[in-house]
Amino acid sequence: MALSEKDVQYVAKLARLEVTDQEVAKYTQQLANILEYVEQLSKLDTANVEPLTHPLDVKNVFRADELRPCLTQAEVLSNAPEPQSGHFKVPKIM
Amino acid sequence: MKNELLSKTIHEVSADLKAKKVSSAELTKAAMDYLEEVEPKVQSFITVTRDEALKQAAEADKLLAAGKDVTPLTGVPIAIKDLLCTKGIRTTCASRMLETFKPPYNATVVEKLYAAGAVSVGKTNMDEFAMGSSTESSFYKKTKNPWNLNCVPGGSSGGSAACVSADQAFASLGSDTGGSIRQPAAFCGIVGLKPTYGRVSRYGLIAFASSLDQVGPFGKDVEDCAIMMGAIAGHDPMDSTSAEVPVPDYAAEAKKGVKGLKVGVPKEFFPDGMNREVSVAVKDAIAKLQSLGAEIIEVSLPSSPYGLAAYYVLAPSEASSNLARYDGVRYGLRVPGENIVEMYSKTRAAGFGSEVKRRIMLGTYALSSGYYDAYYLKALKVRRLIKQEYDKAFEKVDVIATPTTPNPAFRFGEKTGDPLSMYLEDVFTVSINITGLPGLSVPCGMSKSGLPIGLQLIGKAFDEATLLRTAYSYEQSTEWHKQKPGLKED
Repeated sequence: MALSEKDVQYVAKLARLEVTDQEVAKYTQQLANILEYVEQLSKLDTANVEPLTHPLDVKNVFRADELRPCLTQAEVLSNAPEPQSGHFKVPKIM
Repeated sequence: MKNELLSKTIHEVSADLKAKKVSSAELTKAAMDYLEEVEPKVQSFITVTRDEALKQAAEADKLLAAGKDVTPLTGVPIAIKDLLCTKGIRTTCASRMLETFKPPYNATVVEKLYAAGAVSVGKTNMDEFAMGSSTESSFYKKTKNPWNLNCVPGGSSGGSAACVSADQAFASLGSDTGGSIRQPAAFCGIVGLKPTYGRVSRYGLIAFASSLDQVGPFGKDVEDCAIMMGAIAGHDPMDSTSAEVPVPDYAAEAKKGVKGLKVGVPKEFFPDGMNREVSVAVKDAIAKLQSLGAEIIEVSLPSSPYGLAAYYVLAPSEASSNLARYDGVRYGLRVPGENIVEMYSKTRAAGFGSEVKRRIMLGTYALSSGYYDAYYLKALKVRRLIKQEYDKAFEKVDVIATPTTPNPAFRFGEKTGDPLSMYLEDVFTVSINITGLPGLSVPCGMSKSGLPIGLQLIGKAFDEATLLRTAYSYEQSTEWHKQKPGLKED
């Protein structure tokens, strides 16, 4: 599976990363090298192996739906780049 | 000038504090002065918190005077990796993205250290978002290896390792996703412990790869590491993946000796052509364990060499999802754009460095339609294969001994041009993260060029006590942990 510059441009778009043509050329080369290394996984027979998503046998954790103290609005907005009237302001979406 | 107390361990200086030979205020002031004196050489810290430290020291002195709620950490200066949230104190993850981020809350591990009376001297440098093996990907500075300032300290917790090695702090917290505690501990000649996944709360740890990340301690010796581990371990209702498993008295467990302990040695961790100084030092350490009464048993982990390839699919995949949150909306950097997608794309282009972008793209690719089965799903299956082999090996042995790294510390710039060559440095550490098992690195030798070598010990899930016990017995029969770095160039 050779990686093309078009693939890298597509992935950068999916990941919301603006990239220059120079970066695309560099990442295509580097990611292709890494993927070539990763190809060795195909040597292992995993036909009868279940995927393991998590090292622990985790189960969902529930708690009672009760009010508890939480961060104030001012605290939540304290790091916002552009807070306005208690909201996060963003550029136009539509 | 260096106060001689700063060369001591926590267990030694804690006795001095309790005996009122020194106050925490005096100790902290001496530590901060020395920290700042050598910081231009070592560059371990992104943020130094002198005022907060002196306030904490004054509080600790009240506890020490009253003899109330005194722990082995009360009044002791420690450092915190800059990806653990500290309330009101800048937490950058070594990224431009979070240059001004001041968390509104503390990570649970930070709360726990504060509750134990520890004094935090500052936030340590690291690879950006913990992605790297040399701390060179930090947006802010390059931390130097105290044993040779021309070499890297390892990474990603390079600042946390270097500051303890250089006596800028008595101990520190790091995080380990693929070796980021054990590798810098080995490179800097100190002890570092990656706990079992779920042993320590991840609440307030800025996420890299959530199924792999664990917070853990660095110490000057095994006992200090055990003291730190005792302070941070345990279930946390704020982290749904933290485990409800009782926490033993690690410092006491460490001293139980290795007689009759079964130590497994996997041949896959001593490949043909490996660095001879490393293999000789590690084999000598294993022979030492045998002479102390441990039984050495050969084990086989045939799939473990594939752990690195699986890791470099799984970790970037999780990272690409976790780092989607940096969008310029709620916190962190924002670069304006005509519309929201342009704002996202420009913000992320400016806020992330090249290693972070590389991993986000790699992970996005591995998870994208058409490639998911070939990469992500395949890596998850290999993950189970590797875990099954470790489970099988641990039916026969109590602990597994390997080298921590294939080589001692490398030089600045040596591996930054070729990302894959940097990734290969993690070959002995990553399989422990993908299986969730605990791992520890303890100094076991010195290269001819004067760089430390680490012995990695791998344990059963939630059996950090046996790791500490094995490491303590070994350490106490050697002198490696007593050596101090010269803070010099070559």
